[in-house]
Amino acid sequence: MENNLLELKNLYVNAENKEILKGINLKINKGEIHVIMGPNGSGKTTTANAILNNPSYQKTSGEVIFLGENINNLKTDEIARKGVFMSFQLPEEIPGVSVTNFLKYAKNKISGEPVKIFKFKEELKKHMEQLNMNPKNMERSLNVGFSGGEKKKNEILQMLVLNPKLAILDETDSGLDVDAIKTVSKGIEMFKNDDNAVLIITHNTKILNSLKVDYVHVLVDGKIVATGSQELASEIEQNGYSKFRKDANINEN
Amino acid sequence: MKTNVEEINRNIYDIKNKDDYDFKIKKGLTREIIEEISKQKNDPEWMKEIRLNALEVYNSLELPTWGPDLSELDMNEIATYVRPKSKLNSSWEDVPEEIKNTFDKLGIPDAEKSSLAGVGAQYDSEVVYHSIKEDLIKQGVIYTDMETAVREYPEIVKNHFMKCVPVNDHKFVALHAAVWSGGSFVYVPKGVKVDIPLQSYFRLNSPESGQFEHTLIIVDEEASLHFIEGCSAPKYNKVNLHAGCVELYVKDNAYLRYSTIENWSKNMLNLNTKKAIVGKNAGMDWVSGSFGSKISMLYPMSILNGEGAKTEFTGISFAGGGQDLDNGFKVVHNAKNTSSVVNAKSISKNGGKCTYRSLVRINENAKNSKCSVSCESLMLDDISISDTIPTADVKTDEVEFSHEAKIGKISDQTIFYLMSRGLSEEDAKAMIVRGFAYPISKELPVEYAVEMNNLINLELEGAIG
Repeated sequence: MENNLLELKNLYVNAENKEILKGINLKINKGEIHVIMGPNGSGKTTTANAILNNPSYQKTSGEVIFLGENINNLKTDEIARKGVFMSFQLPEEIPGVSVTNFLKYAKNKISGEPVKIFKFKEELKKHMEQLNMNPKNMERSLNVGFSGGEKKKNEILQMLVLNPKLAILDETDSGLDVDAIKTVSKGIEMFKNDDNAVLIITHNTKILNSLKVDYVHVLVDGKIVATGSQELASEIEQNGYSKFRKDANINEN
Repeated sequence: MKTNVEEINRNIYDIKNKDDYDFKIKKGLTREIIEEISKQKNDPEWMKEIRLNALEVYNSLELPTWGPDLSELDMNEIATYVRPKSKLNSSWEDVPEEIKNTFDKLGIPDAEKSSLAGVGAQYDSEVVYHSIKEDLIKQGVIYTDMETAVREYPEIVKNHFMKCVPVNDHKFVALHAAVWSGGSFVYVPKGVKVDIPLQSYFRLNSPESGQFEHTLIIVDEEASLHFIEGCSAPKYNKVNLHAGCVELYVKDNAYLRYSTIENWSKNMLNLNTKKAIVGKNAGMDWVSGSFGSKISMLYPMSILNGEGAKTEFTGISFAGGGQDLDNGFKVVHNAKNTSSVVNAKSISKNGGKCTYRSLVRINENAKNSKCSVSCESLMLDDISISDTIPTADVKTDEVEFSHEAKIGKISDQTIFYLMSRGLSEEDAKAMIVRGFAYPISKELPVEYAVEMNNLINLELEGAIG
């Protein structure tokens, strides 16, 4: 079990008084890349938010276990400090707070150690180069006036700097052009090692082409209806979700 | 982020010294009281006349019919003149221990050593300390208390005192002219650039009293100056009153920046008046942080009288529970090619109220002028109030005028985003508020930006459930 990072046990979650997740089971071990795919509205983003205990989502039953500990009721920042990171589909804009200052502050909170500014800036610069980011963005207000692609790269930059044990990437690839998707994949490869894990949430398969994925889960109507290898993603790319919808006994509408 | 919540000593501003004075005038406002103040201050005859005339004007004017409710102000309960047990000193060593300790804790003597060209410190009604760097004296710069200026430069004072702000401007200006005491006088001669700031600090210690300091600054042609004023007071149960007056003359091609960090206690009625007359191609910048006071009505004004004159106002107000801060800016464009930029922000929390009230007047002779106003408010909860009341009076078509107002709240999603990066809810809110205030704090010298961040953290402490 010590290899296990995250486990969702029969998780039910409501959002706006509506049941979205209807009994999710999922196990992620160190060193693995998992993918959750599914049509719009199937509960992908809810899964990510529930793991980080976003107060807008309520767990009605089931458990979120991280490193053997039930984290159902921990505050989001406590979960983050335990080593869970989420890349947001729509990253928030924080005017007046530069990328550097924000990340330095967050790094200090996550690591619990003072951040050495010179070394930190060097590291930041290196990662920005790797992600083809404009170094001038370091001093810009966090996400303010950033293009969609810049915002997503900025999320990957944060992942690299904060170096979590589990990175959940919620639709990080959506709305990106081919080159940006390649950059994001490169970021994931740089991050990934035998001690951490990645959970990619997506509805398209492009990002999977250049990554070695261990498991693909299909989420339909709040349930995982299929789990397989990378071939499952290819099948979905060709045939869509209709087969799984039938399996899950739901209407197309 | 330069500062952390833990670094703040919340007691600094609230040190209450014993109400120990050399002389305290009896409460109320009568001809006899004004005559007594004038006598105590050894006024020349002409100043005594200004006071007595102002009292008549005061009695003839009504309270403003708009803005916050001032009905709790009873002038019969306010002592308008309190002389501390200290004469004017030019060395901190000579300032009485208790008063010196207060200024020490506020960091004034330290700031003087590290980053100021001159310092004035007023305690209750009188200035207890004034100093200026030797090289500035050699260049002819005058920086002294107003009383000395009345004695030693009577002609300059006569020609400028209550001339920029007329006595009948409003009721509290008339009050000020009748009972004024203390404040700073600055004269920067032609062509002299004062590179490091001068600072005057005003401290009101005595309960049920008022502070009515007068600041008169003349920046002569081609000269420049940065002047900082700071103010604070400990909190008492009954109201205190501050009705200062600031008159600024910025001559042709000159530049003045006037920065204020105001942290009056929350029983203070701050009814202050500030105006600047700006000459040809001259620049007047206001930077203002308003944190304290129970009620504040403060609308610094620039009168752009010379062609090509420019003014910028950058200000922030932060109102907590029980505070009603009615602040803003006024500008009159009175010549061709003049320009004004307003960037006003406000934060309200715990039921506090912030109002942005402004007046832009562009006269017919102000062709080819530009004015751009932006005001933004942030409410930290559902019980706080924010309001924007802009007035524009534009008498010519040949101008560029823009106004933009935004009112917002901190969204739960933004808090969640920051918390997912390891910040506690309190840290997240403080970061958002500091970021919101950053365009203002970056205009302040670094020590004051730090003080402003401290004040923000102090205001946010315990505010978040």
